[in-house]
Amino acid sequence: MDLSVIIFLTSGLFLGWALGANDAANVFGTAVGTRMIRFSTAAFICSVFVILGAVFSGAGTTETLSKLGAVDTMAGAFMAAFSAALAVYLMTKAGLPVSTTQAIIGGIIGWNLFSGTQTDTGALTKILSTWIICPILAAAFAIGLFKLTTMALRRAKLHLIRTDAYTRAGLVLAGAFGAYSLGANNIANVVGVFVPAAPFTDFNVAGVFTFSSNQQLFLLGAVAIAVGVMTYSKRVMMTVGAGLMPLSPIAAWVVVMAHSLVLFLFASQGLESLLASYGLPTIPLVPVSSSQAIVGAVLGIALLKGGRGIRWRVLGGIGAGWVVTPVIAGVVCFMGLFFMQNVFDQKVYAGGPGKAPVAAVESASAVLAPAGDKDLRLQLR
Amino acid sequence: MELTKSISLFGRTRALEGEIDEFLDNLSESSLVFKAAIKTYMDEGYTAEFEQRLQDVNKMESEADHLRRAIETKLYAHTLIPESRGDVLGLIETLDHLLNLFEGSLWAFSIEKPDIPKDYHADFMSLTEISVQAVESLVQASRAFFRNIEAVSDHNHKVMFYEKEADKVSTKLKHAIFDSDLELSRKTHLRNFVEHIDNVADWAEDVADRLAIYAIKRTV
Repeated sequence: MDLSVIIFLTSGLFLGWALGANDAANVFGTAVGTRMIRFSTAAFICSVFVILGAVFSGAGTTETLSKLGAVDTMAGAFMAAFSAALAVYLMTKAGLPVSTTQAIIGGIIGWNLFSGTQTDTGALTKILSTWIICPILAAAFAIGLFKLTTMALRRAKLHLIRTDAYTRAGLVLAGAFGAYSLGANNIANVVGVFVPAAPFTDFNVAGVFTFSSNQQLFLLGAVAIAVGVMTYSKRVMMTVGAGLMPLSPIAAWVVVMAHSLVLFLFASQGLESLLASYGLPTIPLVPVSSSQAIVGAVLGIALLKGGRGIRWRVLGGIGAGWVVTPVIAGVVCFMGLFFMQNVFDQKVYAGGPGKAPVAAVESASAVLAPAGDKDLRLQLR
Repeated sequence: MELTKSISLFGRTRALEGEIDEFLDNLSESSLVFKAAIKTYMDEGYTAEFEQRLQDVNKMESEADHLRRAIETKLYAHTLIPESRGDVLGLIETLDHLLNLFEGSLWAFSIEKPDIPKDYHADFMSLTEISVQAVESLVQASRAFFRNIEAVSDHNHKVMFYEKEADKVSTKLKHAIFDSDLELSRKTHLRNFVEHIDNVADWAEDVADRLAIYAIKRTV
């Protein structure tokens, strides 16, 4: 594989790392923050299940994302992912909640505007509408689950200590499910833009399983997410408990389950084909924001309790972040593409000016080989 | 590894549940033995039977201390119920103080051997019975805290009721003592014993107040 391809992929890996650092806290934050589960256990489970979810169920949402704008060169994909990662990084630094989903959509639209590609309004509307539906659905799931759980607990009359043990087990299972859904739904954000320009080839594992080029790309992205979880998510997890509203461990379980169900619904191809086979309306496979799902679920529980204890300022900050993130990513992407094309002479979209990475290196070495002159190389640049 | 950890977690859970139940059994039983000891003292004065009852309460107090330490260690060493362990600890420690009050009161009877006039025996017994009922209701409220949080208030309000009744009886008893022709030294001596017993009901009410807050915290 060409070195430049690896360099271009780094922005996706950076975005994956940022996603792991931030969104793992949505899945395991309350459990770790309230010391129900140790960080090391949470990080291990989260990493394993994010990878499984991404590799085995990541295809559905990726397809929708590539419909929005098929970024067709590696340099263009690099810039879209880099601008998203930068937006996520800046927002995180500023202490604002951020969604990688919104960041990458901003990045893709930035690329569309720069390359003059028509943004598929159908796909965009589908994505934007799920951003509204996602927190509402998460709130509805949280309300239903919370009512069912509290009713079951009241009937079961379990000892406080036993309830605690079951809650811990429940948090581990819900966390694993959440991490799987996160991997399945959000891997598209991390490496989705690289799919049309992916440099991998399919290969067969022991004649039983074909590891497709997309799956290899997803694995790489998921490993980056896992590294983000391991290296940077602890701090976010420890502070997430003091975020929107203080939660009891059982409410935390409900929130994680509601979040995971929403992410799973918007990522499951199996469910889509099942619904389609019964002639029922299908759920669009769209990357949704894990943070929005969590916020929706927490609000659902808060509303059930009469709206007490909600920190409206924090909520306002989250709302503002949802608008600011795609705008930052879009602007950074547009400007970055301009520099890549005009300063670094890279082809950022098929049919655009500049050199494609592989072609650029080959032509340069062809010129340089006979001359062997470093100054000439500089002049060529 | 996670699986064995989960299994041991459930094993530990059962052991801890057993210890908490045993602690509450101990408290309930010692309150009944306390009542029996006071009855023995009123009926027969300081006898071998009274001394035996005192020893029984003594033993139960030591056992309860042992259980309390075991519960505290398990809760903190294995970071169980992180949300409520401070409350559980507060509850267990304040309940444990009731056993100290039983023991201290019986030791005072044993050492000071108060000479209680027959006229006051009925009120002393009534005060003891009401105080013990307050403790019994508190034990039920505490059991409800662990198993059926909604029922805590059902038992708690009885604790409040018994404490008020105990206050009425102790006030009446103190009036009777100080209105009598007894020596002032004897009056103050008898008053001390009224307070020894009344303190049990007062403390039970204090614990019930805390328990009400713990219960609210858990239902929020």
